[in-house]
Amino acid sequence: MQIQRKTDLIQKFYLREILTGLFITLKNLFFGKKVTIQYPEQRRQYSNRFRGLHYIKAVNGVENCTACMLCPTVCPANCIHIEAGERDDKEKYPVRFEIDILRCCFCGMCEEACPKDAIKLSNIGEMTQAQRVVYDKQMLMEQRGSKL
Amino acid sequence: MMDDFWWITTGLKVLFVLIVLLQVTPIMVWVERRGSALIQNRLGPNRVGPLGLIQSLADALKFIFKEDRVPGHAYKFYYFLAPLISLIPAFMTFAVVPFASSIMIDGREVVFQAAEMNVGLLYIFAIASLGVYGIIMAGWASNNKYALFGSLRSTAQMISYELSMGLSIVGILMVFSSVELGEIARGQGEILFQLGPFAIQKWGVFIQPVGFFIFLTSVFAETNRLPFDLPEGESEIVAGYHLEYGSMKMALFFMAEYVNMFTGAAVVSTLFFGGWQMLPGMPLILDSLGFTGMTHEWTRVLFEHLSFGMKVAFFMWLFVWVRWTLPRFRYDQLMDIGWKFMLPLSLVNIFVTGMMIYWGVL
Repeated sequence: MQIQRKTDLIQKFYLREILTGLFITLKNLFFGKKVTIQYPEQRRQYSNRFRGLHYIKAVNGVENCTACMLCPTVCPANCIHIEAGERDDKEKYPVRFEIDILRCCFCGMCEEACPKDAIKLSNIGEMTQAQRVVYDKQMLMEQRGSKL
Repeated sequence: MMDDFWWITTGLKVLFVLIVLLQVTPIMVWVERRGSALIQNRLGPNRVGPLGLIQSLADALKFIFKEDRVPGHAYKFYYFLAPLISLIPAFMTFAVVPFASSIMIDGREVVFQAAEMNVGLLYIFAIASLGVYGIIMAGWASNNKYALFGSLRSTAQMISYELSMGLSIVGILMVFSSVELGEIARGQGEILFQLGPFAIQKWGVFIQPVGFFIFLTSVFAETNRLPFDLPEGESEIVAGYHLEYGSMKMALFFMAEYVNMFTGAAVVSTLFFGGWQMLPGMPLILDSLGFTGMTHEWTRVLFEHLSFGMKVAFFMWLFVWVRWTLPRFRYDQLMDIGWKFMLPLSLVNIFVTGMMIYWGVL
């Protein structure tokens, strides 16, 4: 379809329009606010609700988890594997707590299901690895992300 | 004529031109990337070296070490030949461009121009039009429909714009009655008219403004730069003629484009901006330095180099600047501008220039 646009004679010669455009770009070159985030030094601020790498909350070095198996049950990706055991004081605890992070879809349902507030998702979004990793209990307890 | 002195000076001049032309690509790639980034409110490559200047070197290194892959459906011989065919004419054209005036060494005049040819400008046009063979060869040898489309477009575009390009400078040739670029540059040193303390030099842009705009536009089209980069048109034909090329062969096409740009910028500044004629104010600085004899002469040559370099640098920047300002023309618009607008306009320009010369205005 042919659309009729109103153009005056000067516009048809492009020259004035081109010069206007050139000055706009030059203005941006000198005075435009640069939006680049210089990555390793500067980081983008994520929301507190960002769902990143998991961690297990611990109180006095003892994990909150009681190996109730709610998180592996609810996990849609089947990436949490828990082996339950018994402490000396007859309390149930996870002997092994592993997350196959490659399978995880970061839905955060484990966090929602947990009755003990033990498994949480941190703000860490960078989890590049050279090979496939399965995070074990020790690692999950050590890293806390930006959350307390 | 062709004694040791001639061989040494010519060798040095050729070496100088060659080194400059080889440096153009990495520097321009950096300028292009940083310039485009800043225009688009980004920062661009700033990690490798100071201000990211070494980035181009890293890119070149990457190009060299990349796998030199040849698609199975390509015609091997022409496929390998095409980048060279487009690169060599790009390097050849600069030979006749003067980058400074002459200097007397041992009582003999040395002209700062790799080759003093009396055909000058015609040589540039003859060689520059060979560049299209590289492009059509690349498109055809790639045996890929998009590549072929790109090269067809490029051929049509180059032929269309070569006409108006050639005709737009006829006015200049008439005014200076020479096709030798050194002669034209020297002619532009004359005073056009005196404006109080300011002497307006007889630069081509003042006596041929229409010719200048037509020529500049044609240079954009000839070098396949935006807004006329239809041969590459990413959104329509992927990457055009160099679609099937990778590693260093791709880099050679890249180099050819930038060297062509450089030659175009040099020719524009020689024809329309006085070439090596010093920029306003520079003669005053030269006089105030108070050198005499050979020192003065060499300083003068240095200043002329500097002036020429600054003019060329401005046009190189203009290429980048325009590229990141204007969108691509549609193909029919491109042809319309070439045939229906610029060609008649350049013919009218020749006619008017002829009339003015006849009446003695120019």
